[in-house]
Amino acid sequence: MTKAFRRHSSRTGKRSDVQREFDKFVGRKILFMFALMVLAVILVGVSVTFGPLEITVLEVYEAIIQRILSTDLGMDELTELVIWNIRLPRIMWGLAAGFGLGVAGCIMQAVLRNPLASPFTLGISAGANFGVSLAIILDFAIFGGMYAVIGNAFIFAFLTSMIIIGISAIKGGTVEILILAGIALNYVFRAASDLFKYFATYEQKEATQAFGQGDLGTFGWSELSLVALIILVCMILVTPKLRDLNIMTAGDETAKSLGIDAGNLRMFVMMVASFLVASVVAFVGPIGFVGLVGPHMSRMIIGSDHRFQLPASGLLGAIILVASDILGMNIIPPIIIPVGIMTSILGVPFFFYLILTRRREYW
Amino acid sequence: MMIKLAINGLTFSYNSVPILDDICMEVAPAKLLSIVGPNGTGKSTLLKCVDRVLKPQQGSILLDRKDIMKMDRMEIAKEVGYVQQNVKRSFPTTVFDTVIMGRRPHQGWRTREEDQEIVWEILELLDIDQFALKYFNELSGGQQQRVLIARALAQEASVLLLDEPTSNLDIKRQLEVMDIVKELVRTKRITAIVAIHDLNLASRYSDRMIMMKDGKIVIAGDPGEVLTAEKIEAIYGVKVDIKIQSDAPYVIPLKPVKTKKVRHHGNYFIARSKKQSSSIDRISDNLSERFGQVKVLK
Repeated sequence: MTKAFRRHSSRTGKRSDVQREFDKFVGRKILFMFALMVLAVILVGVSVTFGPLEITVLEVYEAIIQRILSTDLGMDELTELVIWNIRLPRIMWGLAAGFGLGVAGCIMQAVLRNPLASPFTLGISAGANFGVSLAIILDFAIFGGMYAVIGNAFIFAFLTSMIIIGISAIKGGTVEILILAGIALNYVFRAASDLFKYFATYEQKEATQAFGQGDLGTFGWSELSLVALIILVCMILVTPKLRDLNIMTAGDETAKSLGIDAGNLRMFVMMVASFLVASVVAFVGPIGFVGLVGPHMSRMIIGSDHRFQLPASGLLGAIILVASDILGMNIIPPIIIPVGIMTSILGVPFFFYLILTRRREYW
Repeated sequence: MMIKLAINGLTFSYNSVPILDDICMEVAPAKLLSIVGPNGTGKSTLLKCVDRVLKPQQGSILLDRKDIMKMDRMEIAKEVGYVQQNVKRSFPTTVFDTVIMGRRPHQGWRTREEDQEIVWEILELLDIDQFALKYFNELSGGQQQRVLIARALAQEASVLLLDEPTSNLDIKRQLEVMDIVKELVRTKRITAIVAIHDLNLASRYSDRMIMMKDGKIVIAGDPGEVLTAEKIEAIYGVKVDIKIQSDAPYVIPLKPVKTKKVRHHGNYFIARSKKQSSSIDRISDNLSERFGQVKVLK
């Protein structure tokens, strides 16, 4: 029976019109990914030039190459210092955080089969906020010392998604329950964080608010390399499952009948995505929007084959976040507008543009 | 006789509500078997159990004499394809991407040339290759049904389960879909099990039929044996006339039989049945559950 299908025209090597169109379609996806990567590299170079000290794009790449090859290309020491220690870390944080949030949002939307799923709507960000309020205002921290705030943010973000996943495991894990649980947790954590503010001093309020708006500039290279490593590990874990994510969007029953253990897969990738979000949010604060919209944008542009869509979501997230942050820092200097605010201001019009120009029924 | 699929003592309940009750059946290879019965009799549930999308509490399902409870999902997916009823898709997927999902049991991460070729062949076979790059949700009902059949074919399974493949289709598409299934049974020696409401479509296309009611198989046999006026009246509560049309019974529905009539009359409930006394008993049992003792006047 198996062999019965394999005779037919496509064996001869001739491609029909549709098949040629299909090849072009695949080519476009690959081209788009490549374009995004080039765009990210250019964006990094250009972004670094913004600021009080005049720096050219060439100097930026020179500084990077000089560091990587650890040779001396005879650069101005101050310029090199500003690039390497002040501007570049912030931009790289933007890339990493945007990538992580975009990827996590993409995973969540796929396995929950819900276009509204994102780190923000599932309450994970609110959980992080709550943890930070606990640490700053009530002085309650899981880890002591300098990691009190980050530790709390991470633990409570992760805890939130564990609660959501736990509820779904007990109740049978329908998609609706996951989303409802997330929204409910979102409210609870917000209410609790707001309640704490009554007991907070002015400085404490400021500090929690600062976390809540997101900041890419708090940490340097060493923490960044940790987060980058986490992102890498999560990507390695998720990549073999990308084809299965495609099938998951067709529903649990279809997935099961195609040989996939839908429940286990959902559990696994949700854990990975939650870990990813918790790690990012702990350092840069709950930055919304990228995790929701990055995946939608990539889906609109290259479709919902996750082998392309997932990395594209990450890249788009990274680009949006870096661009927003640069704008936020330079639009009314010397005031720095928090990146969380800028992503929404910059991203929403673009998102609406995409919605309005796509002709597909879905959007 | 060779047996492709043997089901024995299959029992499934959902939240302790019994859906399937001691189902036993055998299906020969390369046959088209249709399952008919009123709404909610467990036709879909039976198909889902065969594909182990649902796990029955009791009984065994043997596929080529192998117990599917002991097979892993991927193994089952290579043998059994399942075409679901009205699937809602959450995100837009192209026809090609939808069909190539069916290659999953046979492949790893990369889409191999061979998998793509197989998908193209199946698309051509079902005459939907021109829609390959269209989005699934943008297709008409008949085209969507064909895409889903194509996906099941891409699994290269030897058993095809179809749940209401003709619902929501106009008569031409209904015939087209059933022709495709019949053709696959004939040429590719696939065993097809079709849950279907339309008795005449079932009659026309099936080699064998099963009629179910309340989770049990009431009668099994070829269409001529199953589709009799008495059986249909007993199971569906509809008076019908049976004609023979191209060697198959053709069912002409006449009118629904009024079996239950319960009136509230003072402190009495008057239940009347034109049918056998068994249905009176059922009604009185029903009432006594709610109101305590019930006196049955005959």
